[in-house]
Amino acid sequence: MRVIFKNSYDNDINLFEDRVHLLKYAVLLLTALVMPWVISAYYVGELTSVLIWSLAGLGLMLIAGHTGQVSLGHAAFMAIGAFSHLALMLRGWPFVPALIASGVITGLAGALIARPLGRMSGIYLAIATLALSIIIEDVAIVATPITGGIAGLFAPPIEFFGLMIDRNATPRAFYYLCLTVLIIVTLGYANLLRSPTGRSFLAVRDSEVSARALGVNVPRAKTVSFALSCAITGLAGALYAHQAQAVNYESFLVLISITLLLQVVVGGLGSMHGAFFGAFVVVLLPQIISMARSFINTNTPFNLGAYPGMDTAVFALIILLMIIYEPRGIYGIWIRLRTWLELFPLYRKGMFRRTRTYLKTERMR
Amino acid sequence: MSLLQVEGLSIHFGGVKAVDDISFSVEPGEVFTIVGPNGAGKSTIFNLISRLYEPTAGRIVFDGRDITRLPAHDIAGIGIARTFQNIELFDHSSVLQNLLIGRHSRRRTRWYEDMLFLPKVRRAEREDRRIVEEVIDFLELAAYRDKLIAGLPYGVRKLVEIARALSSEPKLILLDEPASGLSVEETIDMAWWIEDMQKDLGLTVLMVEHDMSLVSRVSTRVLAVAEGKALALGTSAQVQADPRVIEAYLGKQENHE
Repeated sequence: MRVIFKNSYDNDINLFEDRVHLLKYAVLLLTALVMPWVISAYYVGELTSVLIWSLAGLGLMLIAGHTGQVSLGHAAFMAIGAFSHLALMLRGWPFVPALIASGVITGLAGALIARPLGRMSGIYLAIATLALSIIIEDVAIVATPITGGIAGLFAPPIEFFGLMIDRNATPRAFYYLCLTVLIIVTLGYANLLRSPTGRSFLAVRDSEVSARALGVNVPRAKTVSFALSCAITGLAGALYAHQAQAVNYESFLVLISITLLLQVVVGGLGSMHGAFFGAFVVVLLPQIISMARSFINTNTPFNLGAYPGMDTAVFALIILLMIIYEPRGIYGIWIRLRTWLELFPLYRKGMFRRTRTYLKTERMR
Repeated sequence: MSLLQVEGLSIHFGGVKAVDDISFSVEPGEVFTIVGPNGAGKSTIFNLISRLYEPTAGRIVFDGRDITRLPAHDIAGIGIARTFQNIELFDHSSVLQNLLIGRHSRRRTRWYEDMLFLPKVRRAEREDRRIVEEVIDFLELAAYRDKLIAGLPYGVRKLVEIARALSSEPKLILLDEPASGLSVEETIDMAWWIEDMQKDLGLTVLMVEHDMSLVSRVSTRVLAVAEGKALALGTSAQVQADPRVIEAYLGKQENHE
């Protein structure tokens, strides 16, 4: 096991606690950079999806995982991001300003909605945000000048300092573009979490009463968190529009909101890693299931091709087992695995037995 | 001049007069204790002072400033910190994180500065950490610094909550039953901590407590309340000898048995 000798407060303030920690992430980044040259164009596309869903998941993680406010309406903010981004690009805005503007617009929309939503909690908040997800479908049809109505909008090609970036023609360039956006957002997110703002979000999540008593303006913290969460999700929506190449009112159904929530829960609520792990599950698990099915069909006497809906059922089953047996998500498994490796012969089975946490009532309301 | 003045404070929940026309004042540097039977309105007084409840009538003046209408999240900033009867820590964070959240009322950076982690954010973080470390030293919590709250024993959690309150550098600290749920030894330790806070840090302590051994040991003055009304004010011995207190306090206990 590695022991870090801390000799400065900066050891705890820095993003990376020591060189080894930094090295691990450098290797991860290098892998991400090399990946498109190793795998086929199709999988570059899939990996790009993972990046985009990671970004959307980070958005939801901020509000659901770190501020403790469930949202079943984040597809709506993906939609706002996607439509505003495409609408601006089709009016002649270059890619980068349009992307930034879409994030800002979605963030402002989020801030506007956060005020009334901030008064709700638990199941009521879930219902209200769910309603948002449903409303956006109709708004997308009605607001024809912006959203293109029922036909929707087609994503124009991205021109980036003379470089043409297109999902099909230059999948690697698009992958790097998404990676860049994701890294910038991830760094900003990590900075938030190690500073007073992020701590105030955690305070709101764990005990609103003591947050207030310690000087946290709870409605304001919720609004900031919701707005930032929406802005990140909006960016993901804008990138998703380029990935899907066309968006219309059917692109952001309630199911997307639920998939996003599922992603952060399966990945591990309350950790940034969770959003990334969850994205791999949401994007790649259906692929793996379908590959496993065709493998069984060709190599064994069983033919599973005849049962429709089987893939979805297996997907659902895996998710269900995951939530029952590992409520801390893949991040929980990851932590255990890491500890096992670090402590190799000394790991004990009960080390991560969950300690009892006391259910907090909302007695101050 | 008194540090905290409460004048005619009342709060009515429907027909229930939880606190009814209570007045008292807390002098700088004293340990002022409120005692009373269960349901007397002690914690309600605390919640009124920390502005979690809206008073029906009366005035609260702190340090010469009327705080009766101040929002709850501004209370920590003017120098009033508190603990809760049922520990309200942030369970999924470490002790250090909890204490740093305690610094929130002294924050000088805005969210976008935090997001970019500008040099001034780092400077503020270092400064916050320095003060938090002083508190950790003071309450001897160094061994628990990086431990998660969820895994800590009850007595330590009580202490961490006090540490979190101290991190905000208050002038007045409100302790809501600091000894409840503690063993005899831990209660004696708690008395030491309270005396240290008063003498070494020069803090003013306003406390609600049931444990009379702790009350008589640390309190400068004691206010007895029952059914939302003030009964007696004086030293611990005076209050315990007051016939009305004995009637309200001990009489009630006899009824229970």
